[in-house]
Amino acid sequence: MSTAVSDREVHWQRTRNLMIVHLVIWFIFAYVVHWFAQDLNKITFLDFPLGFYMAAQGSLIVFVVQLFFFSKQQEKIDRECGMAEDE
Amino acid sequence: MAMFGDFSSKGGFIANLPKIYGIYTGGFIVFIFLMAILEQMGLSADTIGLLFVGFTIVIYAVIGWLSRTMQLDAYYVAGRQVPPVFNGMATAADWMSGASFVAMAGGIYVGGHPYLAFVVGWTGGYVLVATLMAPYLRKFGCYTVPDFIGTRYGGNFARLCAVIVLVVASFTYVTAQINATGTIASRALLIPFEVGVWVGLAGILLCSMLGGMRAVTWTQVAQYIVLIIAYLVPVIWMSNKQGFGVIPQLVYGDAVQRIAELEQLHQVGVLKPAEAVAGMSALVVKHNAPADTFVANWRFVTLVACMMLGTASLPHILMRYFTTPSVRAARSSVAWSLFFIFLLYFTAPALATFTKLQILDPNLATSVIGKSIADVNALTWVQKWSAVGFLKVMDANGDGIVQINEFFIRADVVVLATPEIAGLPYVISGLVAAGGMAAAMSTADGLLLAIANALSHDLYYKMIDPKADTKRRLIVARVLLIAIGAAGALVASLRLTGILGAVAWAFCFAMSGLFFPLVLGVWWKRANRAGAIAGMIVGLGAGTWYLYAVKWGGMKPWWGMDDLRFGMVGAAASLVAMVVVSLLTPAPDKETQDMVDEIRIPKGETYLGSTH
Repeated sequence: MSTAVSDREVHWQRTRNLMIVHLVIWFIFAYVVHWFAQDLNKITFLDFPLGFYMAAQGSLIVFVVQLFFFSKQQEKIDRECGMAEDE
Repeated sequence: MAMFGDFSSKGGFIANLPKIYGIYTGGFIVFIFLMAILEQMGLSADTIGLLFVGFTIVIYAVIGWLSRTMQLDAYYVAGRQVPPVFNGMATAADWMSGASFVAMAGGIYVGGHPYLAFVVGWTGGYVLVATLMAPYLRKFGCYTVPDFIGTRYGGNFARLCAVIVLVVASFTYVTAQINATGTIASRALLIPFEVGVWVGLAGILLCSMLGGMRAVTWTQVAQYIVLIIAYLVPVIWMSNKQGFGVIPQLVYGDAVQRIAELEQLHQVGVLKPAEAVAGMSALVVKHNAPADTFVANWRFVTLVACMMLGTASLPHILMRYFTTPSVRAARSSVAWSLFFIFLLYFTAPALATFTKLQILDPNLATSVIGKSIADVNALTWVQKWSAVGFLKVMDANGDGIVQINEFFIRADVVVLATPEIAGLPYVISGLVAAGGMAAAMSTADGLLLAIANALSHDLYYKMIDPKADTKRRLIVARVLLIAIGAAGALVASLRLTGILGAVAWAFCFAMSGLFFPLVLGVWWKRANRAGAIAGMIVGLGAGTWYLYAVKWGGMKPWWGMDDLRFGMVGAAASLVAMVVVSLLTPAPDKETQDMVDEIRIPKGETYLGSTH
């Protein structure tokens, strides 16, 4: 029983860390880059001013890719800690 | 159509989903070509619009009829058997409202960079849904969002508070959607707006009444397919015509830069309209002019924050993840949802850019600015949209030339008018009308179901008559659905709200009352009943007070946070109240803490069991 409890603790620890990592990335692309849009516009990316690009497309792509990664990473944590669902 | 009838043999139907929707998509494309041929043969524009909207509504209604059910699990959570990719499409349709489809690109056209806060906010919210909420609510196994609040915190009062927040937020939202279905139905079916609202409602109810969540799920998938085709086709067509290739989203950077040159030429931001035209705007903001002051930056990020936290608190979205077969599927389904949403949202700025280029660039045949006023007034689309009061061209300085400050358009109609502005055949306009209808109907369906389910499950079954049998519960659920739909249509027919204002408010209401009680319910074991109740009441109260004070009370907004951003105040108050009151009152009992432990791991049965 004690191993089960510690397994749960490890699982939750790792789950929480994963959540924090993803929310940091989210925070950067949701808020930080747009705060500096005017400066980023001096850079040209794929012919776009970068500040415009990040709001119209860049951040969105990061969010989509990030969620597929998150899903895979969390599945790995569940599996390794023996907390995954039965198939 | 025979295959749609096979909802009873679950395995067979689910396994055949790709084939069924493949045939459906093919059929829809054939229908588009058929309309194009009929247009060439001389069928009138009005008839084409009528056929597009009418035909698609009939299809949704048939799917709704075939999905009818008398089982609780099917009615409330679609039997928990919707595969992640299909749930992703259904969520995308549930999510993308009339506002996303009809108003977003127009907003960017008029508002430029600051308006992109909606694009960022309405996508990034899904990161919160995936990391903080959806998998845990799925493991919990509830039928509705207040079901989670009521069980996690215990007691009917907490449940009631959650129901109230849900109803306030969702009802605000649904009137805007019924309004949008009424607008489109009235124009496509050539009936008055007040009648169009009720026709739209009838279509919405046909999709949801008999089959609840199961019917809404399968019609939403069908509606997603229609709306995404309708959104992408005109943009790709226009981009091709202007020489930007078939994946316009990746290459319109040149167009953005070209617009910046044209804005110099036409003196955008220098020439101001001589007089304001109610409900319409001339271009006075540059396409790409990001914030350059602290307050302007703050306004951008607070709007992003409101839309994101609102996304993660809106019950009609969260309840879509109750329908997946597993916790793992719920997680991957959030990723798929965002992918399908992304397809439309990264296209909207491209659409706004191409439309603006069409109007500004003197090298294009379609341009308006800088042309003589007589030529512009002779354009068919200018006449058509001016006649219904959505567009206005006036020669304020009397020089016979249309300047940038003399061309007014309603932001809401940019998407609907774009095919005509670009000179595309009318079949494309009919397609866009069907897409807008699909977007508004699918969201209205999800919202109405969220409200009716909360009232029938949480209020009626859990609080008023816990002994009610299945049949009675499902009849009550349907009666409520009709009643709420009728109330929504009544409010919509009074035209009290504009499309976008009401949508942003719904997000702010939801985040004010529900965001922290939901998140902390999973992530903070110490959160207790008193804290959650305080969080919901104080959050909703503070948010509503701020909305009233700023919008009608004449109060000066704090750091530029206007009525679209009142959720910032509400959610902050909710967090403080919830933490303080939780810490001042005893910790939740062992049973509750064990429940939280249980929903944090995917393994094992759902906490509430299969029927409750």
